[in-house]
Amino acid sequence: MKAWLNQHRRAIAVTGTQAARAPFAHLFQVLVVAVAILLPLLLHLAVQNLQRLGGATEADARIALYLAPEATAKDAEAIAARLDAHAGVAGHRFVSREDAIKDLRRIHEIADLVDALPKNPLPDAFIVRAKSTDPGEIDALRGEAAKWPGVALAQLDSDWAARLDAGLRLARALTAGLAALLAAALLAITFNSIGLQVVNRREEIEVCQLIGATPGFIRRPFLYAGLLQGAAGGLAACALAVLCVAWVNRQLPGVATLYGTEWVMQLPAATDVMAVTGFAALLGWLGAWLAVSRHLWRGTGP
Amino acid sequence: MIELDQVGKRYPASRGSGVLDALKSVTLSIPDGEFAVVTGHSGAGKSTLLKLIAGIELPTSGTVRVDGQDLARSPRALPFLRRKIGLIFQDHKLLHDRTVFDNVQLPLDITGFPPREAARRVRAALDKVGLLSRERERPVTLSGGEQQRLCIARAIVHRPSLLLVDEPTANLDLDYAQEIVDILRSFHQVGVTVVVSTHDLVSLRTAGPRVIALSHGMLATESPA
Repeated sequence: MKAWLNQHRRAIAVTGTQAARAPFAHLFQVLVVAVAILLPLLLHLAVQNLQRLGGATEADARIALYLAPEATAKDAEAIAARLDAHAGVAGHRFVSREDAIKDLRRIHEIADLVDALPKNPLPDAFIVRAKSTDPGEIDALRGEAAKWPGVALAQLDSDWAARLDAGLRLARALTAGLAALLAAALLAITFNSIGLQVVNRREEIEVCQLIGATPGFIRRPFLYAGLLQGAAGGLAACALAVLCVAWVNRQLPGVATLYGTEWVMQLPAATDVMAVTGFAALLGWLGAWLAVSRHLWRGTGP
Repeated sequence: MIELDQVGKRYPASRGSGVLDALKSVTLSIPDGEFAVVTGHSGAGKSTLLKLIAGIELPTSGTVRVDGQDLARSPRALPFLRRKIGLIFQDHKLLHDRTVFDNVQLPLDITGFPPREAARRVRAALDKVGLLSRERERPVTLSGGEQQRLCIARAIVHRPSLLLVDEPTANLDLDYAQEIVDILRSFHQVGVTVVVSTHDLVSLRTAGPRVIALSHGMLATESPA
């Protein structure tokens, strides 16, 4: 056990020494890895933030239940009772036809037009707030309420939410595809950079093999190098993503006003940073393992 | 104990489609603690014999056993077997980007020696070959004889039971060659098995070795020590 720990300590020291010998080369390799990770990471953050924005506005989505002209006060009470009892309803508000025409009259441009009407054409209505933010569930509630007695029309302005949701689903799929592609690219980058180190140190590898080094001993410093390169690249990508998000938040304050919320892009969460760093480290380790193993398998001696 | 039984080694010829028999049906054994010299003309198969014993090459036919282990059948055990062997190469195989100290420390790193104990052993080995004062230098600053001694220090630092030495006195003048032979003899005197491949029998005769002569890949003569 102690010998095994000593070998790991030595492997880490060798990795550190190699990095210290060519700091700029290693820095650039880390930057290449970081840039490769940055693109899908930013896309993931954008999707996450848009999802949050969608969620916030969906919560404000209303279903308007317009009552039939012949609906009585009793019908309205029955509908109110149904809404109170419905598990999918977060709240509701009754808007009488008189209140509705008053609201309409408040719009200056059409006040004269409203006054000219021979009688109030507006129906009584319920404004219903759904518990769910899922467009499908809201639409199901709308469909159900449309069939209730006394309801002439149930209207939901959720087209934009559905479009946003579809767009987000597409963006998520794109992010996953891009992440897979760039994971392969990251593997190739590490494979090449560690492969180059292996070639540069092939004499040392040969000598080590001749004096009793196991494949594990030979692989170890390169695996640490790949692991550290991946982890450093992942951390650098997160740091760059933070800078990008901060820049977006500073440059686009109008976005929040446009959507009527105090919306700002959120920074990557600690779990995101850990996941990205861990995943990049794993890919770095795997790329290094493949690079050294290729060299060892191609070795001619026993 | 080293045992070769009907060992043959065939290489593809460097030109044409033929083959080259470096060793043909060699059978011999070298008991523990022996000082053996493998000699013969260039191309006789001396270096091939050493490479087979060290497991650097595998035989085309026959078996090579070191400490009872058939090297061809136990490739996974090979690194551990090599830790019992001290290899001294004709071309030294030193790492020129490392210091003298680091070169000698390498076999101890491989076995996972504690750093403090390793440093003590490295200094003892360097002292033995007279290079202690040069421990911070790079091998390139050493003369040919000093590089050979450095190679010996690296080979003995982990206290192997077998030393395999390929052409230790090649390219060395008589004084340096005698120094190397004296160092090898001192290890033999403490029980280490020493197998030397050389065509310079003059320098080694003082060590009083058993001589194994090869000719065209075959065992020509053997003389006891």
